[in-house]
Amino acid sequence: MSPDGLPFTATPPDTGCAAPPPAVERGQRAVFCGLTGIVWLHRKIQDAFFLVVGSRTCAHLIQSAAGVMIFAEPRFATAIIEERDLAGLADANEELDRVVDRLLARRPDIKLLFLVGSCPSEVIKLDLSRAAQRLSEQFSPDVRVLNYSGSGIETTFTEGEDACLSALVPELPETEAANLMVVGALADVVEDQFTRLFEQLGIGPVAFLPARRADALPPVGPETKFLLAQPFLNETARLLEARGAQRLAAPFPLGAEGTDAWLKAAADAWGVAPSHFDAVTAAPRARAVQSTAARREKLADKSLFFFPDSQLELPIARFLTRELGMRPIEIGAPYLHRRHLAEETAMLREALGEDLPILEGPDVDAQLDRCRAAKPDLTVCGLGLANPLEAEGLSTKWAIELVFTPIQGYEQAGDLAELFARPLDRRTRLRV
Amino acid sequence: MKLTVWTYEGPPHIGALRVATAMNGLHYVLHAPQGDTYADLLFTMIERRGARPPITYTTFQARDLGSDTAELFKSACARAYERFQPEAMIVGASCTAELIQDDPGGLATALDLPIPVIPLELPAYQRKEAWGAAETFYRLTRSLADPEARPAPLEGRRLRCNLLGPTALGFRNRDDTDEISLLLNRLGVDVLTTAPLNASPSDLTHLGEADFNVVLYPETGDLAARWLERTFKTPTIRTAPIGVGATRDFINEVVHTAGALGVTLNPAPLLADGLSRLPWWSRSIDSTYLTGKRVFVFGDATHAIAAARVATEEMGFELVGLGCYNREFARETRAAAEQYGLEALITDDYLDVEEAIAASNPELVLGTQMERHIAKRLRVPCAVISAPFHVQDHPARRAPQMGFEGANSLFDAWVHPLTMGLEEHLLEMFREDFEFNDQSPASHLGHAAAPKLAPQPVVETLAAPKPVAVEPGAPAWAADAERELKKIPFFVRSKARRNTESFAAERGVALITVETLYDAKAHYAR
Repeated sequence: MSPDGLPFTATPPDTGCAAPPPAVERGQRAVFCGLTGIVWLHRKIQDAFFLVVGSRTCAHLIQSAAGVMIFAEPRFATAIIEERDLAGLADANEELDRVVDRLLARRPDIKLLFLVGSCPSEVIKLDLSRAAQRLSEQFSPDVRVLNYSGSGIETTFTEGEDACLSALVPELPETEAANLMVVGALADVVEDQFTRLFEQLGIGPVAFLPARRADALPPVGPETKFLLAQPFLNETARLLEARGAQRLAAPFPLGAEGTDAWLKAAADAWGVAPSHFDAVTAAPRARAVQSTAARREKLADKSLFFFPDSQLELPIARFLTRELGMRPIEIGAPYLHRRHLAEETAMLREALGEDLPILEGPDVDAQLDRCRAAKPDLTVCGLGLANPLEAEGLSTKWAIELVFTPIQGYEQAGDLAELFARPLDRRTRLRV
Repeated sequence: MKLTVWTYEGPPHIGALRVATAMNGLHYVLHAPQGDTYADLLFTMIERRGARPPITYTTFQARDLGSDTAELFKSACARAYERFQPEAMIVGASCTAELIQDDPGGLATALDLPIPVIPLELPAYQRKEAWGAAETFYRLTRSLADPEARPAPLEGRRLRCNLLGPTALGFRNRDDTDEISLLLNRLGVDVLTTAPLNASPSDLTHLGEADFNVVLYPETGDLAARWLERTFKTPTIRTAPIGVGATRDFINEVVHTAGALGVTLNPAPLLADGLSRLPWWSRSIDSTYLTGKRVFVFGDATHAIAAARVATEEMGFELVGLGCYNREFARETRAAAEQYGLEALITDDYLDVEEAIAASNPELVLGTQMERHIAKRLRVPCAVISAPFHVQDHPARRAPQMGFEGANSLFDAWVHPLTMGLEEHLLEMFREDFEFNDQSPASHLGHAAAPKLAPQPVVETLAAPKPVAVEPGAPAWAADAERELKKIPFFVRSKARRNTESFAAERGVALITVETLYDAKAHYAR
């Protein structure tokens, strides 16, 4: 299974997908924890505040993780647990109430407050759901208080968004009407493009989760169909299904092909005539194909190596393989939701054959050894590894940009390709 | 619990990692949950380091908590030794691992590795980054320095000293170390060991062979220096050579220390005028516009105290605020502030700093990356003088803060964000000019901010909302006085408004006219 025959541990039983499962490796994991999601979620939900209940490490992580020290006006903060909280000298709940009081008094614009659990808050078993309930009652109706865990022991990087959206699902208003929900944080510009496309296709009403404002949560009910915009929303999808909504199985809207299939899943559910679908999507699809093709020359036949980061690895690998002709050597992903990735896996298999080089949860040192041995043309990795690998002579694409940049949809297909073409382009330009 | 928006310092294990990353041949095994590996990117991104920091994390997850996290630590330790073959190892726990009490020190010792393994106790819920660095360096020094080492006889050789305190992610530590080594060399002193930066564990064994120690950064170096002082009776030099005056003091202190050891050094060539351009740059006529500019200084204690001296004595600024975020050095900072008739601001609460800066109406802020945010929001120029800093303050060029070249750097870095002298006058003369007005950024900072045509939007901030409603009984502004007020340069406008209002209130003037405005101006004239 592994490219160099390293012994991997047995794969746990797989339920959602009939295809052969990817290999699993164990070891030191160089990935972010779920708190990192706050960096984009706080920009997305514009009247929400994220209060991490954690340690100084948590506070330091969030401000460092994405070089976010550029944001001058954050809507996130940390209630730092101190010695006296641990020693039982202070009642943790009273302390939390005091912090929240101070925070909300200073920020009357906040309508939704997330109490975000962390590794230390979980280890000391601080019950944030009860705290959220208590505070919600206290500040109702002005502020809603919810909680979720972004701890590293429970969540890996983008799973933090899954946990956050899961906390929103019980808050969604009930509806009996048919509607479409797009689930997963997208850049505003991408949302607007999709909104226009759905409108032209005659699909609607369409709403997005998370919504830009806390009071504009999309309704859900037995007639709701939803499309996942991100591949890491396992629990959110489960809870939506528990409320009667139906997931439209589709690959993710990356590249012309992915966007096509993603929109088509909704179009089919809404009974949109194929001719109408083609008429609406023809022009943007042509733009996507054209702008992608412009980068194909630089990327075709280049080898590609993924270190695990956001779980976007599979859809990105599918896009780079099928639309740009790259050759993935190893696709490391931090974790895999096999059911949601079934379409992606099938498409990859179509391009690469049965034996996919997918590896779940790789050990960073072992993976580094394989990467150095393989000398890929392009390595997709986290920020901690990018400069060291560049210094060793490898071209890298730092992966976190894939979470922060508008990359979904037809109009962004070229931009997405450009993210991978630029490091190679730079290599051909620099003479020093 | 403490509400924290931005932190000046990370947890103490980050300090330990700053020491480990600075050194060669040392490896750090940290018991920590998944996610704590974020620390790597501080070094690879902010300092653009081309190597991974020498650290192995256990990255335990929930499923490991149910089984055996201690075993996980032991195997991580053993594998790290195998893979990296370090000369020595430090082991410890991050905040979460501290709670599960696995005793990394005991577990690592039980492995019986053939290298020194130094356990670190860094209480994550009490202490912070700089202390963590100091404690780590102290533990390493204590464990590794050969207690029998002594300086060789002085006959036939130059004096030798250690430079203590520079770490990875320290503000300009790389360049300071070069600059001060050069300076000491010209004075006739060789640098035996610089540590932690670029030192190996075996280098630390020789620390006792130095004739004296120089503590460049007390925040990270003084714990170890005090131990060396006690153990080897080596004299210690503690003047931070930041600025021309302090550099001269430093040179004199070295000469004095050498004298006490029976060695005569000649400082004359180094004390001669002209080694730094700062004094003349400050005396040249263009710099008249610097005179009396209001400056707020905040950072770590060493850099902040030094910057206050340079700002006042070497650039002619007026100091309107001085503070530090590291409580460990509160006493020194308070004493320094007192000399300027100020009360020191000792806090690690970003909101307090923001409030203090806003209240003191500075024309320039000298601070950390955090003060850069604050200054940006208040639209006040800012230069960074202390960690924490961001990637743009880790330049490719040599830009020390210490020594004579350091003084040159300070002049350039602090003056750059300001509007140039003549330009400032033109702005005042033609402030109604449609394309050249006080909403435009300085000409050499054209990209900084687009002119704001619309009224400034309400600033999103955690700080207490500023009172907007006029207090009952407060004097009102006549329309022409309000217009006149707008002609006052923006960076002093809010102060002019406040002064005029209190001037009017004290005199029972209900309506502020143009006359009142100028009466107040004359009253408050410096």
